[in-house]
Amino acid sequence: MSFASTQFLAFLAALFLVYYAIPQRHQWKLLLAGSLFFYWFAGWWCLIYIGVTAVTTYFAARKIDALARGQEAWLREHKAGLSKEERKAWKARGKAVRFRWLLGCLLVNFGVLAVVKYTNFVIGNANAALSLLGGGQLPSLPMVLPMGISFYTFQAMGYLIDVYWGKCPAERSLGRFALFVTFFPQLIQGPISRFGDLSRTLYAGHSWDSRQIAMGAERALWGLAKKLIVADRLAIPLRTLVADPERYGGVYVLAVIFLYAVQLYADFTGGIDITIGVARMLGVQVTENFQRPFFSKNAAEYWRRWHITMGTWFRDYLFYPMSVSKPILKLHQRCRNRFGRFGKRISVHTCSLILWFVTGLWHGASWNFIVWGLLNGIVIIISQELEPLYDKFHARFPRLKGSRGWDLVQVLRTFWLMGTIRVLDVYRDVPLTFRQLGTVLTGCRPGTLWDGSFLELGIGGGDWLVAAAGAGAMLACSLLGRREPVRERLARHSPHLAWGGCVALIWLILIFGVYGIGFDASQFIYNQF
Amino acid sequence: MEDLLSILKELHPEVDFETCDTLIDDKILDSIDIVTLVAEIGSEFDVEVPAEELTPENFNSAKALWAMIQRLDEA
Repeated sequence: MSFASTQFLAFLAALFLVYYAIPQRHQWKLLLAGSLFFYWFAGWWCLIYIGVTAVTTYFAARKIDALARGQEAWLREHKAGLSKEERKAWKARGKAVRFRWLLGCLLVNFGVLAVVKYTNFVIGNANAALSLLGGGQLPSLPMVLPMGISFYTFQAMGYLIDVYWGKCPAERSLGRFALFVTFFPQLIQGPISRFGDLSRTLYAGHSWDSRQIAMGAERALWGLAKKLIVADRLAIPLRTLVADPERYGGVYVLAVIFLYAVQLYADFTGGIDITIGVARMLGVQVTENFQRPFFSKNAAEYWRRWHITMGTWFRDYLFYPMSVSKPILKLHQRCRNRFGRFGKRISVHTCSLILWFVTGLWHGASWNFIVWGLLNGIVIIISQELEPLYDKFHARFPRLKGSRGWDLVQVLRTFWLMGTIRVLDVYRDVPLTFRQLGTVLTGCRPGTLWDGSFLELGIGGGDWLVAAAGAGAMLACSLLGRREPVRERLARHSPHLAWGGCVALIWLILIFGVYGIGFDASQFIYNQF
Repeated sequence: MEDLLSILKELHPEVDFETCDTLIDDKILDSIDIVTLVAEIGSEFDVEVPAEELTPENFNSAKALWAMIQRLDEA
């Protein structure tokens, strides 16, 4: 059930009406039932996968929590009779036991994710190696990816690690924990919420609040408008441009870079707007996932502002633990002694590259995503290593730093750099992507931009105008919403404006939205991850 | 504390670490700085900083960092 479908609208309307009609103490139970129904709609078998994650994580977290409490109580009782070393040894032993439970649960859940997502990728690579050696071929397996598995697995494992670290207590109710894992607005494309953040409002009773409901509805409709008016409209010429790379090289590749950036932004942020808006209508606060990413001045900043919850997940649960692990600290020590100042950064850069390799792999089981991830890591490392050079440059031209013109140069540079790397998402394979990027240098005919060729890519002049107007509206909202989102500012001046905004957006979606068969839009791009 | 300040100074010579208490909030230290710092703390003070200690509260100021080092040393 896509967010941009009539079924979802009907489902949401029914759930919403019942939600505010029943006693508040039962609201979370209704959300759980609704979330399980939403997930069942994608296929009953999907419930088995998410059920395994919810149940194993719930019991492992309870066990880890109980062990930690028991060990703490024992230590308090016997503290006086123990030396510092004995206390340390006792703590280490207790931690090791808890770690075994953590590791077991991580292996089960990441194991399931790895099997369903990467088995055929591994088989494909094994077959490529076998054909080089002249051997036989392995058959690919009929694997179907359960909806949202990458998102809910990461969310559940983040919770488990937090419990292990003592950052949050284990949830006592299996039902309430199952709701945290399955909460339907964020089930299929995130954000990847933290238990401490989402649980604050997820289980509380919510009374009818017209302002919150109107603001939530307006945000969800804004997301739907981005998806249906801009993203799905731009998907048509993009499909044409990517399907025939031989014909569409040179300046068309620049168009792919630009259009895909706008399409993905409209699609993904639109989906997240729907998630946050729908949750707000139900009184639940979901973490923001974007912070005007296309205004970033360098790659590292871009990744702090794009898909924030994924970035912080990888930082907190992979990059940090890996960077402070014994082997990496040993590597740090060795490189520091041997190479001096630069050596200190070798271990950090090694961890960065591993992090970006995994981030690429998380996005999809293909070399395109792996190369995409590694290129992001390499760009970030290079820009960090070039920092002394930038400092020298700014010392030579002191008026440049902080000026609007220079800021704009940095923003445009980052937009095109990130966009260029991102086209690895759209072309069939890695060599083709680089070939296509090469044609920008060898076969660029700028005249194509205005000789009418772009009107033959599946959409006409009117559609290009609507898409441009939609993209312009997104840009204007980003510029105006620097300190506070535009809708919040408008609603503060006049609360009725939020309802007016809803009506206007509904009309815009009805008139300018792009619909498929049965008035259902195409799938959100991030659903496939 | 002096040793810690010199490690911090080496990372960001332009920052006054004795007074600044918004190192994370103002994005002065990024994740790369944090892990470099942890590695240096390990070498200098012989203290293991586990991943769960890498929180904004522990890294927002030199004072908070020093308190964390002492706490971990005593634990």
